Amino acid sequence: MIPRAAIASQLAEAGYVADRDLSTALWMMDYLSRPLLIEGEAGVGKTEVAKALAKVHDCELIRMQCYEGLDANSALYEWNYQRQLLAIKAREGSGASVNEVEAQIFSESYLMERPLLASIRREKSPVLLVDEIDRSDEEFEAFLLELLSDFQVTIPEFGTISARSIPRVVLTSNGTRELSDALRRRCLYHYLDFPDVDREAAIILLRLPHIDASLALQVARMVGMLRKEDLRKNPGIAETLDWAATLAGLGVEDMRQAPELVHDTLIALLKTQEDRARVTTEVAQRLLGKVA
Amino acid sequence: MTAALSLVQGDGFEPGASMRRRLAGFVNTLRGAGFAVGHAETADAARLLASPVADRPESLRAALSALFCSRQGDIARFDELFAAFWRGRGMRQAARISASGRSPSPRRFETGPAAENSAMGLPEASPLKGPGDGPADGRGRRGGASAHEALATKDLRKLGGPQEMAAAIALAERLARRMRARLTRRDRLRARGRRLDLRATIRRSIGHGGEPFDLAFRRRKPKPLRLVVLLDASGSMELYTSFFVRFLHAISLSFRQSEAFLFHTRLAHVSSALRERDPTRALDRLALMAQGIGGGTKIGESLAAFNRWHARRVIHSRTCVMILSDGYDTGEPALLDAAMRAIRRRCRRIVWLNPLVGWEGYEPSARGMQAALPHVDLFASAHNIDSLAALEQYLARI
Repeated sequence: MIPRAAIASQLAEAGYVADRDLSTALWMMDYLSRPLLIEGEAGVGKTEVAKALAKVHDCELIRMQCYEGLDANSALYEWNYQRQLLAIKAREGSGASVNEVEAQIFSESYLMERPLLASIRREKSPVLLVDEIDRSDEEFEAFLLELLSDFQVTIPEFGTISARSIPRVVLTSNGTRELSDALRRRCLYHYLDFPDVDREAAIILLRLPHIDASLALQVARMVGMLRKEDLRKNPGIAETLDWAATLAGLGVEDMRQAPELVHDTLIALLKTQEDRARVTTEVAQRLLGKVA
Repeated sequence: MTAALSLVQGDGFEPGASMRRRLAGFVNTLRGAGFAVGHAETADAARLLASPVADRPESLRAALSALFCSRQGDIARFDELFAAFWRGRGMRQAARISASGRSPSPRRFETGPAAENSAMGLPEASPLKGPGDGPADGRGRRGGASAHEALATKDLRKLGGPQEMAAAIALAERLARRMRARLTRRDRLRARGRRLDLRATIRRSIGHGGEPFDLAFRRRKPKPLRLVVLLDASGSMELYTSFFVRFLHAISLSFRQSEAFLFHTRLAHVSSALRERDPTRALDRLALMAQGIGGGTKIGESLAAFNRWHARRVIHSRTCVMILSDGYDTGEPALLDAAMRAIRRRCRRIVWLNPLVGWEGYEPSARGMQAALPHVDLFASAHNIDSLAALEQYLARI
């Protein structure tokens, strides 16, 4: 187990700048063997946490994207139907009994593992990312809860598969649906907010090593102010990075020297027509005046 | 565990059994403040106390917060409780914070003695006894039917006396139940075998030597209609509010999925209060949640607050938003227009029920109403039981 103090620095090596509370929560995942539920607005880097965690532990990341109508079949396992049909046809004239055929086509080589089954059959504990759990149905949530407490899967035709290794589970939610209390109870909870200016500048510097440090700080300040402008869609960290890369690519060193370029490149941050109309040249000018 | 706990030292934490007692006290405080803390969480917290995170209060706070909080709103409250409990400011303050969420407010909602005396006062905990519940002989029934008829067309303002009121409410509850039955039946009929279920088909085909002629289908899961009701509880609606609150209560209990909000100058999410079965207790809790009722109306601002904080969570693809209001808005019409447009984008249908529509010669000329009308799918009256009953067919078609 990685000591708590080392987690933050290892995350930074993996390209993720975590605050203190998050690194504590990540350490607790291992210490208490509980899943971690991360909530936060779109674009605050929830998915990135899982990716960085996989790098820190040097293990596989198994990602399951949830969507409405996701059922146990597509999350857990599926039989390879085409191969099964072929196998049945091929044995048609061989005189094999029904039981023999059945044993054959419901064996491991016809089983296709899906993320949840895959996550408990690895030699080394992987990181299982259950992305946007709020998009799935309530029934699936209950099913997931059962898996997360037992870590074993029963396949009727095949038998029970128990976990070879317990995955580290990270769940993310955007809050489009209220999650059940049972799931919340089972998980550790972390609310991921947009980073403050210093941390965002640190993220920019980490991800775009060639960028000028003062420009990174200016970008972080500007984005921080834009998020307070009551936009319909707040720019996420990925958008910040895009914008910083754009400005650096255009050779901007000081944003105040190139107000027009700044305003024109704002399309990297503002993704709806309303927001675009809201941040007029004057607004951009006003904000620029404050980034110094 | 005891041995491990006795190793804990420093920063005012005493080791061993006394430490565990303090933890138990803290867990009790949290439970009192509405946190759902189970035995598993308490045991894990004890493990945390024995680990290096307990060396410093700041890291212990972060750790316990991740363990005990389960939604964003919990975090700030937890921090206060933690500071009050563990940082020497003593138990008393912790107790005060935990109680502050539930402290009774002086302003009560239609439950004071004055309201009871007024004609529109709610019949508190009176048994819901309709006229149809009379003696079982033929005359009694007939009387009930005609009384029902008269009641159905009577303006809700003029429903006097607890008896009549209770009958009207019983009717509303029946209506809400009927709406639900209708909807689920429709869903079942429509969803028959649209996708082939390969897993089951292959399983069945083995018996026929691999010939898949016994096909298995998957049905689409019916998604029940969700009703989100926003009730205007401002002064101008006063005469209707008490009935509508009861109607809202009936809806909350009988619809499988519904959310309820009250607004006047601000918005209050009241679903949890309305899920209380006992009407008196439901109204009591409502009174606490919706203070300042009966004042002015800021429809636009309230709807904007709804969009900002709740819409994303409570509205899904099969949601009908129902607004019960007379449309007298003291705010900016432009704000209402923008808020309505935003709701329009998210939900399936917007129904605006205006009790004034039933009045003779009413024109929706209020500025707020003018701003909202272009975004509304159904603009209807809600001044008597019949007008509400007419809604049933509309909702069933969604």
